[in-house]
Amino acid sequence: MENRIEQIKAEALESVAEAADIEQIKSLSVKYLGRKGLVSLFLRNISQLPVNERPEAGKQANITKKELENAFEKAIADFEAKTKDDGFNAIDVSLPGRPSSQGTLHPITHITRQICSIFSRMGFDIAEGPEIETDYYNFEALNIPKNHPARDMQDTFYVSDNIVLRTHTSPIQVHIMEQNAPPIRIVAPGKVYRCDSDLTHTPMFNQVEGLLVDEHVSFGDLKGVLEAFVHEIFDEQISLRFRPSFFPFTEPSAEVDILCVMCRGKGCKVCSNTGWLEVLGCGMVHPAVFENAGYDTTRYSGFAFGMGVERLAMLKYGINDLRIFFESDHRFLRQF
Amino acid sequence: MKISLNWLKQYVPVDIPATELADKLTMAGMEVEGVTERFQFLDSVVVGKIIEVSPHPNADKLRLCQVNIGKQIISVVCGAPNAQAGMKIPCALPGAVLPNGLAVKKSTIRGEASAGMLCSETELELGLDTSGLMTLSDELEEGISLNTALNLSDTVLEIDLTPNRPDCLSFIGIAREVATMVDQPVSLPEIRLPKASGQITDLTSVTINNTDLCPRYTARLITDITVGPSPFWLQDRLLSIGLKPINNIVDITNFVMLEQGQPLHAFDFDRLAENRIVVRTAHDKESFTTLDGKERLLRDTTLMICDGEKPVAVGGVMGGMNSEIEKTTTQVLLESAYFNPISIRKTAKHLTLNTDATHRFERGVDPDGTLTALNRAAQLIAEIGKGHLIDGIIDEHPLPSTANAISLSMDKTNQHLGTSLNQTQISNYLQSVEFNVEIKDEDTLIVLAPSFRVDVSRPEDLMEEVARLWGYNNIKTTFPKISGVTNLPNQSSQIKDQIKNVMTGYGFSESITYSFIGKDACDRLSLAENDDRRKMLNILNPISEDQSVMRTSLVPGLLEAMHRNLSHQIKNLQFFELGKIFISNGQAQQPTETEMLAGLWTGTRSETSWHSKSVACDFFDLKGILEDFFHYFKMDPIIFSKMDAELCSYTKAGHTAQILINGMPLGLIGEITPDVLNNFNIKQPAFIFEINVNTFIANLPETKMFVPIPKFPFTDRDITLIVDNDVQAGDILDKVRFFEEKLMEDICVLDVYSGKPIPVGKKSISLRIIYRSFTETLSDRQVNLVHQQLTGRIIQKFNATLPV
Repeated sequence: MENRIEQIKAEALESVAEAADIEQIKSLSVKYLGRKGLVSLFLRNISQLPVNERPEAGKQANITKKELENAFEKAIADFEAKTKDDGFNAIDVSLPGRPSSQGTLHPITHITRQICSIFSRMGFDIAEGPEIETDYYNFEALNIPKNHPARDMQDTFYVSDNIVLRTHTSPIQVHIMEQNAPPIRIVAPGKVYRCDSDLTHTPMFNQVEGLLVDEHVSFGDLKGVLEAFVHEIFDEQISLRFRPSFFPFTEPSAEVDILCVMCRGKGCKVCSNTGWLEVLGCGMVHPAVFENAGYDTTRYSGFAFGMGVERLAMLKYGINDLRIFFESDHRFLRQF
Repeated sequence: MKISLNWLKQYVPVDIPATELADKLTMAGMEVEGVTERFQFLDSVVVGKIIEVSPHPNADKLRLCQVNIGKQIISVVCGAPNAQAGMKIPCALPGAVLPNGLAVKKSTIRGEASAGMLCSETELELGLDTSGLMTLSDELEEGISLNTALNLSDTVLEIDLTPNRPDCLSFIGIAREVATMVDQPVSLPEIRLPKASGQITDLTSVTINNTDLCPRYTARLITDITVGPSPFWLQDRLLSIGLKPINNIVDITNFVMLEQGQPLHAFDFDRLAENRIVVRTAHDKESFTTLDGKERLLRDTTLMICDGEKPVAVGGVMGGMNSEIEKTTTQVLLESAYFNPISIRKTAKHLTLNTDATHRFERGVDPDGTLTALNRAAQLIAEIGKGHLIDGIIDEHPLPSTANAISLSMDKTNQHLGTSLNQTQISNYLQSVEFNVEIKDEDTLIVLAPSFRVDVSRPEDLMEEVARLWGYNNIKTTFPKISGVTNLPNQSSQIKDQIKNVMTGYGFSESITYSFIGKDACDRLSLAENDDRRKMLNILNPISEDQSVMRTSLVPGLLEAMHRNLSHQIKNLQFFELGKIFISNGQAQQPTETEMLAGLWTGTRSETSWHSKSVACDFFDLKGILEDFFHYFKMDPIIFSKMDAELCSYTKAGHTAQILINGMPLGLIGEITPDVLNNFNIKQPAFIFEINVNTFIANLPETKMFVPIPKFPFTDRDITLIVDNDVQAGDILDKVRFFEEKLMEDICVLDVYSGKPIPVGKKSISLRIIYRSFTETLSDRQVNLVHQQLTGRIIQKFNATLPV
């Protein structure tokens, strides 16, 4: 009988040694040590042995059981150690992950937010206004009377004699002043429309307008605010200049030029060899505009400014074609 | 406006480099857009010496010249009769572009090679002789370029003038500005009228019927003139800024306009009926042929210059064919007038006729410059046209202009600009640009603007002059004082930003499409005849047919974008747009602008990858996103309800849901119909949603209060119901929630199935209901009881049965 238990033991140990994985060891454990396993069966059958052999056989069987339990445990532990050590069940971490999708914001949105965020940290609120305006808000209230050559500065889309697609975000100034008393500090982003379509013009584009009205506001303040803005949106070091210009709704009026970001002032195609790039129009609010809004011109002064968002986006991202902004090309949109 | 530096130097000495001058002009508000060298083309025209002239074997009138151009001798075919050996001439080399646009290149003329072109004076715009080759001095060295050899140089500045500075639309105007920059006086041309006789008032008269449209009309008469080409100096002036010489009389009127800024017109006096001028408005629908040969239909507001019988010019715009100066003209009536700028602008717009004259008149010429220009031109016509000046001037001046005195406060100026200039400085700056300044008191100057500065009428205009002359860049940078008043942040713009951010999180990329679309957009969307979105606002002057109305839906833009991307082989797309639509209230009114959010999903659910087979996206992919989107914004209760077939237009019936908030329509979600896809040339299914952002924002909840986290465990129970096919699962969920069973926490759909063994016309819906109490752990018995009651109510409500 001793031989029988020895035989079981030898068989079991041999099987464990050959086991390929933990599952096999576990099933071996059931085969030998389970309730109906070979060792249990042997123990149950001891009663059929001659009485004198029973103690020894029982002892042997129990020892074997213990030994096998240990052997199985060790084998399992060995396997576990092995999978930890040598990447036994390793995955190919170089395979691409399960795709997830994050969409992108339009570059115009990115730049508009940058602009608005800079001004809102300077205490400016965000304002909005209608895209289709009356002649009064788009022109007359801004000191651009009917039949004035200044109307040629903007090619207007007309809906009727009196209704136009706004040609600039400046009408928002007028709405805001009609609805609020000074002090005013707003920036107003929005779409504007001009009847012009070629390489450098799209019939729709985006502007951000700004207006600050308070007591004792000076042209120096205008310079301070816009200089801070330009330095933040481009870089601290960039040179800029204020150049006299003309807008009917500001006096004095200025254009802000920055040193060409492409050629650093040497002259190139982007800056038409001038070394400078126009980025902003601005000026002190014209008294006629205040009068139209019912503001006391002896008490209040202020400045207004406006900029084209596409232009800034083109400069910042190095985009060389204006039309691509509105073509919804996924290969373009996904880059931002 | 083009300015030749050589011409400008006639009025003001300029000894700074052209680029420096350009920079100064730009920084004084006259933006120089281009600086070019007029004679640059002469770089490729060199001094040549003809060594040998031989006949052309195949052409009688041509000859072959061997020309020494310094480093080599080239053979050139030449037709000039004066070509002879030993002569020095200008030789244009291949690559040269002559002023008339001719590009010189190596060529073969009648079988003979020609490696250049020998030039005459006119071909190089260096003289008037057209008879033969230009003869150069013997001392000039062969091979050097002609601009060096003849010391020719003229810089031309292209100035982009703002509409407020019509005074700078002339050489003298620019000279005045330059004079202050270089601190030199302007030297105006001296007008020396020749000896005159006769008396103009005996010969002609001027009658102004519409004095408001023509406040001043002056005229002179010159007789016995000879019309012919202008002398070279005059042609050269015009050529230097790109103007074509015509004849001496026309050239003089152009020259004086450019010099003085005052447009002039010369009439053939003999062609004026009754030899007189009447200034009046046209008869309605009267027709008139202008100098450019075009017949123009006039309005009764158009100001016309007429003779005793008929119109002879559109006043201040363009002359007529019927009084044009011709070769045979011997008597000239010269007009110098001041026209009402608004009237000129209206006429120019009406006739779509913009001329150098209208450009100046509509911006405002110097009301006091009329006579100077008249006399200057009369002098030149008498001189150059070898004519006789009739004594006297007609000067009809019914409405003299008055200069207005502006009172300027030093304090206010400094306050407005942020400067600290003293009275003397300010006074000097203003005087430097010819303003008349008187000191009233310590703080106040009384300023009279010169008559040519029509843009100056307010103290702020003077402040701008001061700022400009002091230099914008010399004004110290300061910061406005911070006001303590703050407004509430703009909620609408914040929400819109948030919406965009959340949409990108779901994988949608932002698109911006044009706000205008084609008129056929509503038909392409198969919109019903009475659909509100058919109320489109027309643009009167669109760029093109397909951008001729304001959009009333974002969907066409998205479908067009989809089509464009498909044509670029991009088949999986998820994008959204947030923008306005415009519903017309009639063309004479502003439309109703509504902010909309629309999204489109087409292609696969996720990018192709090794993880799973590509699965096409479907209605529920999009709906899931919207449900989560509304959940994110705490919008409750949102209902997706089946859209009636007759209400569906561009989305498939049975595949479209209306989105409702508190019973109000908020938007829709659905699959685009094959017909509409076809209208946009799309051959792949697409799912879209639209949300009215105005309604969305209006229904955003106030800050939502915190709900305590449950302390007790939940228990769930599943139930499967068999219901009629047309029972909507959403209805069951809504109704169950409506029961407001206190212990029910949530309910979800586990499975929907139809087919065997479910009877035809029926389907099974499996639901899982979660139960939980906030005060105790529920016992099985409690849950069973509630579950039994609840399911009983559902079964009754939806006429359901339990599976066998």
